[in-house]
Amino acid sequence: MAYSDKVIDHYNNPRNVGQLDKASTEVGTGLVGAPECGDVMRLQIRVNPETQVIEEAKFKTFGCGSAIASSSLATEWIKGRTVEDALAIKNTDIVKELSLPPVKIHCSVLAEDAIRAAIGDWKKKNGVAEPATATAAAAH
Amino acid sequence: MSTVTSQVEVPAGVNLPIYMDNHATSPMDSRVLEAMLPYFTNKFGNAASRNHSFGWEAEQAVETAREQIAKLIGATAKEIIFTSGATESNNLAIKGIAEMYRERGNHIITQVTEHKAVLDTCKRLEKYGYRVTYLPVKADGLIDLEDLKRAMDDKTILVSIMAANNEIGVLQPIREIGKLCHEKNVIFHTDAVQAVGKVPLNVIADNIDVLSLTAHKIYGPKGVGALYVRRRNPRVQIAAQIDGGGHERGMRSGTLNVPGIVGLGKACEIAQSEMENESAYLRGLRDRLNNKLQSELDYIHVNGSMEHRLPGNLNVSFVYVEGESLLMGINDVAVSSGSACTSATLEPSYVLKALGLGDDVAHSSIRFGLGRFNTQAEVDYVATKVIDIVKKLRELSPLYEMVKDGIDLTKIQWAAH
Repeated sequence: MAYSDKVIDHYNNPRNVGQLDKASTEVGTGLVGAPECGDVMRLQIRVNPETQVIEEAKFKTFGCGSAIASSSLATEWIKGRTVEDALAIKNTDIVKELSLPPVKIHCSVLAEDAIRAAIGDWKKKNGVAEPATATAAAAH
Repeated sequence: MSTVTSQVEVPAGVNLPIYMDNHATSPMDSRVLEAMLPYFTNKFGNAASRNHSFGWEAEQAVETAREQIAKLIGATAKEIIFTSGATESNNLAIKGIAEMYRERGNHIITQVTEHKAVLDTCKRLEKYGYRVTYLPVKADGLIDLEDLKRAMDDKTILVSIMAANNEIGVLQPIREIGKLCHEKNVIFHTDAVQAVGKVPLNVIADNIDVLSLTAHKIYGPKGVGALYVRRRNPRVQIAAQIDGGGHERGMRSGTLNVPGIVGLGKACEIAQSEMENESAYLRGLRDRLNNKLQSELDYIHVNGSMEHRLPGNLNVSFVYVEGESLLMGINDVAVSSGSACTSATLEPSYVLKALGLGDDVAHSSIRFGLGRFNTQAEVDYVATKVIDIVKKLRELSPLYEMVKDGIDLTKIQWAAH
């Protein structure tokens, strides 16, 4: 299979690899996928409690090159966004940016799931109701 | 910043990309090409032309090839039928025997790690009222002879078990299988595509009645293969699946591919004279590759029996690294993976799953297929490169990190998608 230049770039130089302190209340962790399906993504965010801006994002991925690229791109995109803005990212945006072929669309879906799972975890930890509001965030 | 790009130095004498996928196909030996060339141009005759020298010349070349092939497997020239390759040979053998012996019975026995050319042929026969038993394999990839004994009944007409597996290189106990078949008056067919020319085979000593082989796995051309059909003790009859001019003793009509056949014959002749040295050489390279990988990496294991195995095959699972991402990192090395992501069906290798491997481990497997033209310098480069990329991808793998932290991955509730 031929990979797009952007997939190759993210594979060769994955952005934001690593982990954040899972126990911190500022950190949300999303672990999605399954080993038997051939891809598992862990995406973590550290959110500024005052501004709700995602100041740091880290990932680790077990999966094909497209899965690695999708999660690497996701961390790049969510960094600097507010939690609500980050939720606006759609898998189709990732498909477009990385020129993923149809058989690799599930990689982008998984990356979107990972963003949602990480934010969901952060919201749960911080008692943020859906949708997150400034009042709710201040309540924790 | 983390990076997956490898900076492994390419040693002198190694040209990239390196071909290490010789179970898929093999490069043609220049000696084979040389033997074939005249039959494309000056010696272009139809081997079936009985009334002029062009035909006689072609026929003579075909008969020489028949003898070269027969000699390699301990058969006689008259027992060799030319086909377009092993897929056709397997189809002709299984369908042709099923049709010919329909009155004797309708039961066929095969096993789960066969090539699709055998499995799908058997599946089609099931639609036509045949009963097929697919024997399981043990964790080492070999069938259990007791299972075979139990599966045989008075309706069994054919057992089809491969000599060597294309993914894991495991050698089935064909001599014992053939013996059991002969005791029960059942025909034994073996798909020997991967084994011919690589390990000694003798249709008499190994009790084989019908055998499929192809040229392009033994440094010959694509598009030509053969079927050995035993002529005595027992005499095996095969119903033709292609009708026409009645070539090949009526079993396979169609003008013979003379240059291809000449190439197949030459490839067999070379294989016979070089097999002993070559298999020792390949075993040495294979073990060197395996030792290097094992000494540098944890959580890796070889799939299939190491003892009963083709000398040039190594199939390894690099657990917690997905196969396609590994292939992407070693893109100057041609190997193949059991990962679903590399297949059209998005299913991981059915062969590896048959050994009892979980899907996660099957996704992590790489098949190295060493061949005649691989060198020790290439093996060293490939080993270094694979080790480098596996380590880098494991730094990226949440699973490897979790296992290193003592987390039991089987206890996690994974959300399958």
